[in-house]
Amino acid sequence: MSVAIQTRELGKSYTLGVKGAGYGTLREAIVEKTQRPFRREGRKKKSDRDTLWALKDLSLTIRSGEVVGLIGHNGAGKSTLLKILSRITEPSTGYADVTGRVGSLLEVGTGFHPELTGRENIFLNGAILGMRRAEIRTRFDEIVEFAEMERFLDTPVKRYSSGMSVRLAFAVAAHLEPEILLVDEVLAVGDASFQRKSLGKMNEVAKEGRTVVFVSHNLAIIQALCSRGILLERGEVQADAPIVEAIDSYLRTLERAASDDLLERTDRDSRAYDETLVRRLEIQDASGGHPNVVVAGRPATIAVDVTEPLPTMECQLTIVNSLGQPVCTFDSEMNAPVDVRESEPGTRLECHVESLPLLPGRYRIDVIVKAKRHIQDGLQAAALFDVEPGTVGDRPMAAEAEGDVVLPHSWRLPA
Amino acid sequence: METLAPEERNPVTPAPGSETLRLEPTRGFSRVLAPRELWRYRDLAGQIALRDITVRYRQTALGGAWAVLQPIGFMVVFSLIFGNVAGLSSNGLPYPLFSLAALVPWTFFSTALLLGSDSLVSNSALVSKIYFPRIFMPAGVIVAGFVDLAISFVILMIIVFAWGFVPSVAILTVPLLVAIAAAAALGTTAALSAINVRYRDVRYVVPFAIQMWLFVTPVVYPSSQIDEPWRTLSAINPMVGVVEGFRWATLGTGNAPWDLIGISAVAAVAFLLAGLAYFDRTERAFADFV
Repeated sequence: MSVAIQTRELGKSYTLGVKGAGYGTLREAIVEKTQRPFRREGRKKKSDRDTLWALKDLSLTIRSGEVVGLIGHNGAGKSTLLKILSRITEPSTGYADVTGRVGSLLEVGTGFHPELTGRENIFLNGAILGMRRAEIRTRFDEIVEFAEMERFLDTPVKRYSSGMSVRLAFAVAAHLEPEILLVDEVLAVGDASFQRKSLGKMNEVAKEGRTVVFVSHNLAIIQALCSRGILLERGEVQADAPIVEAIDSYLRTLERAASDDLLERTDRDSRAYDETLVRRLEIQDASGGHPNVVVAGRPATIAVDVTEPLPTMECQLTIVNSLGQPVCTFDSEMNAPVDVRESEPGTRLECHVESLPLLPGRYRIDVIVKAKRHIQDGLQAAALFDVEPGTVGDRPMAAEAEGDVVLPHSWRLPA
Repeated sequence: METLAPEERNPVTPAPGSETLRLEPTRGFSRVLAPRELWRYRDLAGQIALRDITVRYRQTALGGAWAVLQPIGFMVVFSLIFGNVAGLSSNGLPYPLFSLAALVPWTFFSTALLLGSDSLVSNSALVSKIYFPRIFMPAGVIVAGFVDLAISFVILMIIVFAWGFVPSVAILTVPLLVAIAAAAALGTTAALSAINVRYRDVRYVVPFAIQMWLFVTPVVYPSSQIDEPWRTLSAINPMVGVVEGFRWATLGTGNAPWDLIGISAVAAVAFLLAGLAYFDRTERAFADFV
């Protein structure tokens, strides 16, 4: 079988303070340039310390027709690898050999212009994704049909609902016919029926035997689509195995990460201001007992401890199932009369749930702490917890129940 | 959905002859000036230019009228201030015509600079998500500018005829003059847009620099007012040759300023090469900064 992608000792480094802070000012550059002759050594030391390797010594071989899922924490290097493979950015060391036409599925709407009509945007977006004009013309009707928007073709995209833009964008992308398809977290949008359709299309693409490299936090999708999984951690390959095994290793690293001191985690939200950090996160069943073990249907409290008592902190907690699919979100900014705001600043935020309606299984909690209108800290899998079987509304739960939640309910049945 | 067993799938192997692309750290020149690379992405270049043209006219209430209003507005103001109040020389030509013939190419140039220098930053979503030769962004702005230029040129010719002037065969040099202006504009915007990626100061410098550039270009005054050798030397500003050439070509009067046009053409090529060279060297890091 021929090789589609081969990398040898591929590495990418960023200078810290450049990637995050974005751009400098001309003044800084001029000052730097003029001072450089007088502190050559000082600079060298600085550059050693401030270099971040987003990818390190990556040697991979991906054969034609393989469908590979890239998994790992935030900042593990998944997106950096895709960026190198799609030529957006150059590697700093090593090389990647790519054989065949590469196409990227983009975040929805990238490359759409709001002033242009649906029709014009199909051509623009197709060209952006690397399609020939003639190719777009032959597939035009198919694209329009897939997006279900014949009637709005000559309406500017700015008048589309977000759902319509998503459909159109995906429809264009789905009709791309590259030999190698790179997909970075794009299926997380759109309504349920469209998501199903998109997944079906992705599956079709995979079945056609195209090479696909897929990044998603949704492990269920990854597991469904991919045959091989590559787990990246801090820019290095941690596991390269059949997808189920790779996901298992990933879940184990999550567990390890959650049991660590959270302050030592480096995979924090890149948007965060870091004025206060999440030190500890725990879910506790009202009956006491072990932290991070709760009984379904019983009251539970999620406690978040942060390092600094900033004024008016807000908190967003997301419970995510073991396949990486979000189950529900608690957001303190959507406040209600039952909420209590203490009069003194403090470092503990608590979220109380009257009855935890989760099916037995393992879940994780992602957390975002905000203050001063900025995200201060964000961590995925800040805690993992197990839900033990219980009763919801005095009703036991079926052992083979599907889904993640169980809701209190009642029946009226004939005799 | 089931995980696909590998044997169910028939791998799509790359078409025979599809080449292997080696992605590795590069240095020096390689990209922008690689004609094959540009040719491969020609459809995208066309779409970007088309987008820039369409959007420019659709987003504004007056649409194509802006192509005309700006030079005409400046013509009126300049005629009142520089022609009447300050009494600047216009080589014996009616001041409005004298200034409009210069303002038409000047507006093309200044608009290209203003929009082009911001083109990479304002398209950062694309630049950071997809590969294409980045030069298409500033180049697209300039191509879109040709439409404005064509409209304002037609208006200029109508006014020229209405005033009773008849252009000579010199008018055939207009494409050459436009090419000089476009080369200078592309070189300058390529460099400015590349610097803008790293240092957003460019955004504040450009409008100011355009004002300065206007006054070192003989738009409101004739270059004949400048003493030699400064008159000839001033043509290293490519717009000097373009502006004086435009007057001569469209109004059908005066001597051919071939000396200025020649120097400006050479200067424009130098601008173009230097700008593209700088763009080429910095292009590889755009996505890391933008």
